[in-house]
Amino acid sequence: MTLRSLMQPHRIVLMLLFTALVLWCAFSLRWDWIPKYAPLALEGLWTTIWILLVTTFLGFLLAVPLGLAQAIGPWYLSVPARTFCTIIRGTPLLLQIWLLYYGLGSLFPQFPWIRSSELWPYLRQAWPYAVLALTLSYAGYEGEVMRGAFSGVNKGQLEAAKAFGMPRFTMFRRVWLPQAIRNVLPTLGGETILQLKATPLVATITIVEIYSVSSRVRADTFIVYEPLLLLAVSYMLIAGIITLAFRRFENKVPS
Amino acid sequence: MELILETLGLAESAQLLSLSPPGWGANLLRGLANSLQIAFGAFGFGLLIGLFGACGKLYGGPVVRDLLAIYTTVIRAVPELVLILILYYVGTDLINKLASMMGYGRVEISGIVAGIWVLGIVQGAYSTEVLRGAIQAVPKGQIEAARAFGMPAFMTMRRVTIPAMMSFATPGLANLWLIATKDTALLAIVGFSELTLETRQAASSTRAYFTFFLAAGALYLLVTLFSGLIFGWIEKWARRGQPSLKGGR
Repeated sequence: MTLRSLMQPHRIVLMLLFTALVLWCAFSLRWDWIPKYAPLALEGLWTTIWILLVTTFLGFLLAVPLGLAQAIGPWYLSVPARTFCTIIRGTPLLLQIWLLYYGLGSLFPQFPWIRSSELWPYLRQAWPYAVLALTLSYAGYEGEVMRGAFSGVNKGQLEAAKAFGMPRFTMFRRVWLPQAIRNVLPTLGGETILQLKATPLVATITIVEIYSVSSRVRADTFIVYEPLLLLAVSYMLIAGIITLAFRRFENKVPS
Repeated sequence: MELILETLGLAESAQLLSLSPPGWGANLLRGLANSLQIAFGAFGFGLLIGLFGACGKLYGGPVVRDLLAIYTTVIRAVPELVLILILYYVGTDLINKLASMMGYGRVEISGIVAGIWVLGIVQGAYSTEVLRGAIQAVPKGQIEAARAFGMPAFMTMRRVTIPAMMSFATPGLANLWLIATKDTALLAIVGFSELTLETRQAASSTRAYFTFFLAAGALYLLVTLFSGLIFGWIEKWARRGQPSLKGGR
């Protein structure tokens, strides 16, 4: 969008109206709770961001074998992979999170060897379940995308790599995977924003991220709209940053 | 039957899931019915918004187009959960203000209507984009031909544009329907007793978390697979008369 396209008369009017709305919000709504809750909100924001980064990274690592298994795997690999993707995509994420947290959380204490293991202090907290659920969910959606990406790479490229005598793993690392990722970069960006929009669900299993901070403000002070508006704006900002980052990345890769 | 369940160690689960009162099966099914009702309503409402939104984006004036762009961008960038809360509070506030202006007392809003309103607005943004793409994919000549015959705008829409765009829109709409069924689970957080919340209540009062969550997952999965089948038929019907892509090239 250029400056010239922004300077059309109707857009100027809309922008003025929008500025007026923002000013009205700033002056006539209540914002006096912000200083008190700012440290908590920043902590929540950080939790949201690290959960997003960790789960997209791990989910993508899991999605590559899932996509590969569906694209070229023998039936004993492709059928389980496809079943996994169907189940993840066919059930609500909230249900998956609750199944893992309440289900596994009630199952683990029954085994004494888990309770005495070194992992137990972590397993008693909520975040491993949140990370696991979000990772599996991202992997399920992304596995489907990667399947298409792997089968979409031009066969000639792979044949050329083979003709150069590349070992299979090198061929995968240097030719197949980079091209597959390049083709689906826009989809990956969209999926990452979807993942960002899934993070508030982990607030239901007692993780203090930015959404649960806003719920807490609402519960403590009975202010309804202001925390929610601020929350929506901060999600929009993060989504905007993700979009910009992916656009930069897309511009960098040769097409 | 009972013997099989007994040997598999599932007798307890079967008892918990049975439809008569000691079991919670009836609750789950009632939750599923609520979920489906909301999903249907929200999908339909979203489709209506989407149809108007798509027409506005394609044929509207500059102001309408900019406003619709803001609507679809904002809705798609903010988590559904946050939107649900905002729209829920805004909706109840507006209705209560209207009611008190007209001299009634506070109005109790039914969960189903609130759910349909909230999810419908969210769905509207997505279906605006889907339908806009589908309408754009209809060859221009067909719409121009309808105009040349002197068809009014509404009749062109009903008799030419919508039937011709159906085959392009069906895959996207199928996706949206699946999103609608899964998004109903989010209403559990605002306390509406749909399938996920019923499941959680059943699970936490019997402590049989795996049984109930897996059963609910199976129900959702059944809905998904069944809808896939139905949308497959709809797409086949929408594509009738079009040359097959498989043998075409």
